[in-house]
Amino acid sequence: MGSKKQNRREFLKQGAAIAGGAAIGAASKTASAQLEGPERYIHGSDDMVAYGSRSRFVTSERIPHGGRHSPDTFGLDFHIATPLQDQYGVITPSSLFYMGTTRGSYLPDIDPDKHRLMIHGLVDNPLLFTMDELKRLPSVTRMHFVECAGNRANNRMTTVQETHGMTSNAEWTGVLLSTLLEEAGVKEGAEWIVAEGIEEVKGASSIPMTKAMDDCLLCYAMNGEPVRPQQGFPLRLLVPGFEGIFNVKWLRRIKVVDQYYMTYNDYGHLTQDPATAALGYQIGPKSVIVHPSGGMQLPGTGYYQVSGLAWSGGGKVDRVEVTTDGGQTWFDAEIRGEPQPMAHTLFAFDWEWDGSECELQSRCIDELGQIQPSRQEVGEFWNTPPGERIRVRGQDNSIQPWRIHADGSVHNAII
Amino acid sequence: MRLFKLLIPVVLLLSFAAHAQSPTKYGVGRTPSAEEIAAWDISIAPTGEELPAGSGTADLGAQLFLEKGCAGCHGTNGTDGLAPRLVKRDVGVLENAWGYGRILPIRSPFATTVWDYINRGMPLGAEGTLTPDEVYSITAYLLYLNDVITDDQMVLDQDTLPKIKMPNQDNWAQVPDWFPNQPRLQGYPY
Repeated sequence: MGSKKQNRREFLKQGAAIAGGAAIGAASKTASAQLEGPERYIHGSDDMVAYGSRSRFVTSERIPHGGRHSPDTFGLDFHIATPLQDQYGVITPSSLFYMGTTRGSYLPDIDPDKHRLMIHGLVDNPLLFTMDELKRLPSVTRMHFVECAGNRANNRMTTVQETHGMTSNAEWTGVLLSTLLEEAGVKEGAEWIVAEGIEEVKGASSIPMTKAMDDCLLCYAMNGEPVRPQQGFPLRLLVPGFEGIFNVKWLRRIKVVDQYYMTYNDYGHLTQDPATAALGYQIGPKSVIVHPSGGMQLPGTGYYQVSGLAWSGGGKVDRVEVTTDGGQTWFDAEIRGEPQPMAHTLFAFDWEWDGSECELQSRCIDELGQIQPSRQEVGEFWNTPPGERIRVRGQDNSIQPWRIHADGSVHNAII
Repeated sequence: MRLFKLLIPVVLLLSFAAHAQSPTKYGVGRTPSAEEIAAWDISIAPTGEELPAGSGTADLGAQLFLEKGCAGCHGTNGTDGLAPRLVKRDVGVLENAWGYGRILPIRSPFATTVWDYINRGMPLGAEGTLTPDEVYSITAYLLYLNDVITDDQMVLDQDTLPKIKMPNQDNWAQVPDWFPNQPRLQGYPY
């Protein structure tokens, strides 16, 4: 045992000597048969012991969404999109999670020890919770996506970050809203809740009681750590599958009420058209091919793993289909992992590129049987006159086409 | 031993009684006082039941619009600032008020939403500092600028504000009743 330890120490010493030699220059290469080590080392520091950071070679970043400058005119944050093209798997790293704010805002800097959640209104027992008290209640941990209503692709966009970057997916931990509503005791006639944040505009949304009791979640954690300030630290409401604005950040109050409250956030969603109203509520079946996607370059003909993300606000992803000929033939993609309700789901498809110009698309079919439409199908459904620009009503869940040119370059093929 | 056996049911009964006094299953959290609820509750229903006492007029609101800094972001006339426009464009009287654009004090189906948003979210950097009287007056001024009310001396208060007939009061699409595991729109396959 002792000699083994000794051997290990010797080995480590030698390793350090080799590494040191390599750092001085290739000329001092030893006669050993080992491969050369890395060019340099990252020196350990107290900071790195306490909190890890990514490699200096990894430079993936969020970008302002829709060509609008962030921070905006008032020097406030606005809408920023996640770099989907750089993501592996289905978890969006918390520091790259997309962000949207109702007006553009400074982030509330909340001391969680002072934060309180009130639940009141049409309840038998109004309740006030500290964060510690909320954490004592039974919790759940679930995977869910959040998506902004503005995640709408157009033909001026180049990359998947621009076309689809306003959605992200995380593992959330918190208390089911139904647990709190049962604690408070919902009274007869309570049809809605109004959820409110503590930020400057105290953003509030009306949410139907049926949804509140079904699967809404008061999250204090995301991806294994407390929810980040940009996502609502210390407490955020998750309304799985509903448009982003419903997922109230910096949550401080839930009022149980008898009517739709027409808050400013609700007003922002307002439309004259009942179909648009319905389609801008629960998000439809949606998917996008991420590899390859706009702005990428295929190095040559041969094998490619086509992969991407699929999701639906209506439940689990049931199937994903991929076409490589612009929609004439569709093949089942392989679903990676077990699809979760209202969560990004990974799909992949083996593809052999022969070097000719072609168009890749994916479409999602969810467990309710809803099918992700092409823009043409949407136009036909609503009898859009030929030549008139097709606008997908409500949340845009239309199929994203990527055109591969003969030189291997990949382009957004929305007309 | 016999005494012990007798005590068990008594202790159980007592603990059950203590538990029954707690109205909730988990007994976590506390009951907020009526004062706390009143201080936190800034929600205003379209029916106006939570509106506080106080009153204001468009005439007073015109002055406050300058004094409180509204004009700094929204422009002196509410039409030409960096912040969202607050007054409809001069396009005459439209049959369908949606044609005026996304301008809160003309598009909103309820005047309460205008009051509520000014009260909770304005002015930028000094949110929550306006008194109910001031919010009534600024609301009245914006409704006056958009020809929703025509008398700049009209008193807006908790009784009159919810009764204001906004041009879109009946001209908006309700979100559908929501139930789990339902497609989002009947007859729409997508």
